[in-house]
Amino acid sequence: MAASRLEVRKTYKLYIGGAFPRSESGHSYEVHDSKGKFVANAAKASRKDVRDAVVAARKAFPGWAGRTAYNRGQILYRIAEVMEDRRPQFVQAVQQSEGGSAAQAGRQVDEAIDRLVWYAGWADKLAQVAGNANPVAGPFFNHSAPEPTGVVGVLAPQSSSLLGLVSVVAPVVVTGNTTVVVSSYSRPLPAVTFAEVLATSDVPGGVVNLLTGDAATLGPWLAAHMDVNAIDVTGVAGDLDTATALEVAAADNLKRVRRAPAAEPDWTAVPALTTMTDFLETKTVWHPIGV
Amino acid sequence: MSATASTQSSEGLGAYADVTASEASLRRFLHGLPGVDQVGAEARAAALGTRSIKTTAKAYALDLAISMVDLTTLEGQDTPGKVRALANKALRPDPSDPSCPSAAAVCVYGDLVGDVKEIVGDRVNVAAVATAFPSGRAALDVKLADTRDAVEAGADEIDMVIDRGAFLAGHYLQVFEEIVAVKEACRRPDGSHAHLKVIFETGELQTYDNVRRASWLAMLAGSDFIKTSTGKVQPAATLPVTLVMLEAVRDFREATGVQIGVKPAGGIRTAKDAIKYLVMVNEITGPDWLTPDWFRFGASTLLNDLLMQRTKMATGRYSGPDYFTLD
Amino acid sequence: MVSTGTTTGSPIFDYAPAPESRAIVDIKPSYGLFIDGEFVDGHGHSFKTINPATEETLAEVAEADEADVDRAVKAARRAFRGWSRMPGKERAKYLYRIARIIQERSRELAVLESIDNGKPIKESRDVDVPIMAAHFFYHAGWADKLEYAGLGPNPQPLGVAAQVIPWNFPLLMLAWKIAPALACGNTVVLKPAETTPLTALLFAEICQQADLPPGVVNFVTGAGDTGQTLVSHPDVDKVAFTGSTAVGKAIARSIAGTDKKATLELGGKAANIVFDDAPIDQAIEGIVSGIFFNQGHVCCAGSRLLLQESIAEEAMAKLKRRMSTLRVGDPLDKNTDIGAINSAAQLARIRALAEIGEDEGAERWSPPCELPSSGYWFPPTVFTGVSQAHRIAREEIFGPVLSVLTFRTPAEAVEKANNTPYGLSAGVWTDKGSRILFMADKLRAGVVWANTFNKFDPASPFGGYKESGYGREGGRQGLAGYLKAGA
Repeated sequence: MAASRLEVRKTYKLYIGGAFPRSESGHSYEVHDSKGKFVANAAKASRKDVRDAVVAARKAFPGWAGRTAYNRGQILYRIAEVMEDRRPQFVQAVQQSEGGSAAQAGRQVDEAIDRLVWYAGWADKLAQVAGNANPVAGPFFNHSAPEPTGVVGVLAPQSSSLLGLVSVVAPVVVTGNTTVVVSSYSRPLPAVTFAEVLATSDVPGGVVNLLTGDAATLGPWLAAHMDVNAIDVTGVAGDLDTATALEVAAADNLKRVRRAPAAEPDWTAVPALTTMTDFLETKTVWHPIGV
Repeated sequence: MSATASTQSSEGLGAYADVTASEASLRRFLHGLPGVDQVGAEARAAALGTRSIKTTAKAYALDLAISMVDLTTLEGQDTPGKVRALANKALRPDPSDPSCPSAAAVCVYGDLVGDVKEIVGDRVNVAAVATAFPSGRAALDVKLADTRDAVEAGADEIDMVIDRGAFLAGHYLQVFEEIVAVKEACRRPDGSHAHLKVIFETGELQTYDNVRRASWLAMLAGSDFIKTSTGKVQPAATLPVTLVMLEAVRDFREATGVQIGVKPAGGIRTAKDAIKYLVMVNEITGPDWLTPDWFRFGASTLLNDLLMQRTKMATGRYSGPDYFTLD
Repeated sequence: MVSTGTTTGSPIFDYAPAPESRAIVDIKPSYGLFIDGEFVDGHGHSFKTINPATEETLAEVAEADEADVDRAVKAARRAFRGWSRMPGKERAKYLYRIARIIQERSRELAVLESIDNGKPIKESRDVDVPIMAAHFFYHAGWADKLEYAGLGPNPQPLGVAAQVIPWNFPLLMLAWKIAPALACGNTVVLKPAETTPLTALLFAEICQQADLPPGVVNFVTGAGDTGQTLVSHPDVDKVAFTGSTAVGKAIARSIAGTDKKATLELGGKAANIVFDDAPIDQAIEGIVSGIFFNQGHVCCAGSRLLLQESIAEEAMAKLKRRMSTLRVGDPLDKNTDIGAINSAAQLARIRALAEIGEDEGAERWSPPCELPSSGYWFPPTVFTGVSQAHRIAREEIFGPVLSVLTFRTPAEAVEKANNTPYGLSAGVWTDKGSRILFMADKLRAGVVWANTFNKFDPASPFGGYKESGYGREGGRQGLAGYLKAGA
């Protein structure tokens, strides 16, 4: 009689600065699948993890923003390639998190991969679409171009565990921002898998920092953090009181705020350019023209 | 260039002896001068041009401008009769008003110096253009002979042109040595020398960077005045070109203790324009340059407009050209 | 013989007074609000607006209370229906018409601006009013071309815009706010600053003269409370504010959780960086216009001068010599370079910060200059020996006070320039092209002036990074603040 093999369980960790630490607090929480069955313990990020992630994101920002747009596009495309390679794992994670059929989960994964490819292509085009020469009334060269705003806090959607996540992360980083992302609380596992993909896709450590945990708990720390330049509070969609409180906190250093919709949107729709431009600054440069 | 050291007495200038020691060092020095941004320089000149000079300030400025005019005729058709008339005009610009100041000088070709001198004596200076004016294209000995002739004929001031071709070709030391040689040719037997004005023909130098370099080159070579133009090339004097030259003489005095004069010439036709130049002198170099010793206008028609404005100030009504002499 | 630099004792070229006539403006003893195309009484306490150069009272101005603001917003809402549906080419013609009237009445506008604000007539005449007209011309042309603005097909106006503007550029800020709002089909309720309401009310007359439909532009005068009431009004769709960062934050909080879109143009502490290879004479001009333009009451003022250490001494000597030629005095004199400080409160703030600068050990210098005995005045002032730790290097003084720091390398210049919560503007002076592009890339500021400073144009987007606010005004990017995606 063959001895049954004991499964090696995975410990789900945070992703900060390119490493996979446990939560500084030592806390974790139980993750259940769509039918309520225990799946795993996920790290429960604390305010100090938020703090560390912001430090990592800030440190990574100049280098990432300083990459050529072509290079950032290549790296986003690389993420898509690696995701495609690990498609079955993502399908399983999404189905486990969101329920439904394997085919439905597969379509979510496909959309997520395609979304990354779509954004990857924007990397070296957005400045041409969002920037321009300005014909000022004088002997001056005058040019406006978009630049990344800096460190962006993202509260990822609660329902769409992978497509929604990719749809809020890709537009932030493709333009050169770095980000601290709080994943869906009840559906964090696709996010953790996504972090593992990021770690193996040439994305510099600290560009994307993924925290599993409670948006309502972590959001205020991100929103009030004075070294965060912008925040997307999509993850509290439908909770106007929390969204309002976050926006009020964000005003402390005049963060750019992408407000929460009344309900989670249909993530399969083609995104608007504002998903990227909301986290960009227009910089205008003047120079005299003379001999 | 040892000639420099021997002709310059200021200790301040001595510090620059190395600069003119070789073509390479002179080039390094001139190209190491701060650049001039065209747009910024022109904007500054235009802004100074918006100063509003009224009443007592205007009366002062008009008389000052008249006293700074180098009344000029530089035509092939110039005759002794023509320049004598001009000399009389320079002496008494407004015969009906003895309070009207004389012009600073009469500026003519070298061969007519004697005719002017006969009229003005020592009361108004005589300036002669020299060194194959206006193109500057002749052998050095011809240019020097041209200069000596004018000095011998009694010229108080020599307005020489630089060799723009040599300057634009980057042969700065050649230009420098030519100025030094002409300065030497300005020397009189008694040891004094005719004042040397060096004309750049800024319209041909094209850039303000070149104007700044030419200014320093000429000042290091011993010019007494730097002058914009011959009047034969457009554009001639402009406010921004003069601004750059005023900045150069200001900086040169600060660096060496030596004061150099500035003469915009050509294209300044109205009293309004002349006052803009005076405002510029006042605010760029300061009042030390606000005398005919340090600032001149090379002009012909300007004088009558100054006189008309002067009369308007005195009488309160606008005058007309029929009331001023046409010489 | 070489002439040496001795003073010849010439009399000083003293510019006689050259006052612009104020006869062209007719200031009424009292002013009401402008609502629904008419001047109406306000229901708050009226307040006085004074001439800061003389402290004389110019007029009594009505204060809008909550009911007045509500009336204005309602008028704007009523007008929105027709204005937003009007073909763009018709809206355009109203804006062109306004632009032309501004040009026709430019002298009147400039004189009144200088009287109420204290700024030199040469600035209101040559900068504020011409650029104001240019803003209306520029945006007029957009009104029927919005589908080309890059915001998608058939972009739609937002609705009623609540706009609150500061006292430093009353007319220019009015134009920056009203022209794009109207071009995009929005209607406007605007609150001018408490100390400078008069030119907005003159502009109201221009709206009447242009036959602008009633309610499209409304003015409510008053102080901070009136502004707060306006931006908090529930029927406002858009808030546009230019002013202090503190008030900007309060506005951001007050509109949290609403659908109101905001454009905030706030404070700054711009670095003006001069490298050793700079075109030095133009750099000195840029430093001077950077901090002394409009008495330094400029959010994008180059208030922190960063000099490369190798030229610091020489540059300071040139700067001080140049500052000695600045003419401080009567704003209506055409030769005045620096006018009056806008208010007693602002003067007190400038004085307090300047004293702190001295207390903290920085060296203070002003050229000798005689200030008028009445009115609010502050001489052009420069502080040397300033470090990043000094308050005068960190806080916006909003006056003619320059703090000078030094740096050694481009990296240090970038680090110091960006070491501020603000990010509105920056200046760079160098003759090396690649260094300009390097610096422009690294500076975290919405406007970078390279080898120039304080240039403005309606086609050029303006606005800040970080705590200098968000959104842009001017240019194609500025339209985004007044439009939403079409269906």
